[in-house]
Amino acid sequence: MKAAAFDYHRPANRAEALDMVGSLDNAKFLAGGQSLVAMLNMRYAIVDHLIDLNHVTDLAGIEMTGDRLRLGAMTRQRAVKDDAALAARAPIFAAALDYVGHFQTRNRGTVGGSLGHMDPSAELMALATLMDAEVEVQSKAQTRSLSIADYPMAYMTPAIEMDEMITGVTFALPGEGHGWGFHEHAQRHGDFAICGVAALMELAGGTISRTAITVFGIGMAPQRARAAEDMLASQTPGDDLYRAAADALDDLDYTTDAMASAAYRRRLAGVLTRRALADAARRAGGDRR
Amino acid sequence: MTTKSISLTVNGKTVDQEVEPRTHLADFLRHGIGLTGTHIGCEHGVCGACTVLVDGQAVRSCLMLAVQADGAEVTTVEGLAGNADDLSPIQAAFREFHGLQCGYCTPGFLTSLTQLLMENPDIGEEDLRKELSGNLCRCTGYAGIVRAALAAAQAYKEAAATGMGGSR
Repeated sequence: MKAAAFDYHRPANRAEALDMVGSLDNAKFLAGGQSLVAMLNMRYAIVDHLIDLNHVTDLAGIEMTGDRLRLGAMTRQRAVKDDAALAARAPIFAAALDYVGHFQTRNRGTVGGSLGHMDPSAELMALATLMDAEVEVQSKAQTRSLSIADYPMAYMTPAIEMDEMITGVTFALPGEGHGWGFHEHAQRHGDFAICGVAALMELAGGTISRTAITVFGIGMAPQRARAAEDMLASQTPGDDLYRAAADALDDLDYTTDAMASAAYRRRLAGVLTRRALADAARRAGGDRR
Repeated sequence: MTTKSISLTVNGKTVDQEVEPRTHLADFLRHGIGLTGTHIGCEHGVCGACTVLVDGQAVRSCLMLAVQADGAEVTTVEGLAGNADDLSPIQAAFREFHGLQCGYCTPGFLTSLTQLLMENPDIGEEDLRKELSGNLCRCTGYAGIVRAALAAAQAYKEAAATGMGGSR
């Protein structure tokens, strides 16, 4: 299908972009377009004005300082996946980005576009949830920061206002030497995940000093598996422990849709959590593969 | 809706045109300037048939507006080889290894593989199959495509080694 007609605007900087989104009716920002243009083509989305952010150059960039990673909203997914310093410090980014669409869509797709679109199976949202991210948003009137816990408002709808723009996202990186695991199940590589699990683990003297587990693709937004995380604290890694963690995922919300039932998603969450924890423990123990 | 005037390079030639903002790059290439080598399959970014190179990067031309290609350098399947009678290494390999049957998906495979093999001529079969998952072919079962790509990789490697990287 073809998109309904709209006017196109190309702001040169943030101030122009914020002026436009504050004054135009039924306007939407265009970032990488890898979801939005598809939705326009199918007329799931119909807009009167499209504000193209691809020429607002100060919205892109990767900055790592200590245990903070900031990704500018217009940073291409490919740039995140290919960043050597980030791959050395937190390899889970490149591993997760490998599941984001295909290399052709990552060439254009952006970090901020993915967060704004908020697909339930989006890997970048899963990483943001895993690493207690803060999303920066800006309007003409103010700049504010939203904790990722407060960010999802409804299905594919973040808690940001019509006149606001996502400008970047800051992740709290796990400590040096942490372990990580990332697994998802989809019908084809690059397809929307029916269920995915991302896990981080830090060890101290052979026991688990810190762990984080995020399950995604199962409901409106990624969910932290707090009960399982609490259960793992101060324990010694091992298969029995991962099984117990997998059993502690009942308090998450699982959705039934055309792809899979809630019960199947619950089962996948357990299997993928066991695998992700085993990978994380192995890597935290020094086997970095 | 207000049309926009754009100026871009397509297969080495400068193109100046007025476009409606909603016209995506694939429709612009096919209907605006008559380059029908770029094929449209799903029109929502899933099938990969419409893939072209924009500033050397493989992109879905159905997910990019023509107006966004203003100032860009676009290469379509028609521009992969230097002359109309020539074939680029990946095109030649597709012919030799039977990398196509009906040919509908072929332009997307050729443009995608051009970026892949120029950037990573050492790619192995497993990674190659994963990267090709963004292009759908309903005829070949992919075996010929993968054989062609692995054979062409050698040519891109030799081109890189002899400094002939300018040729696609």
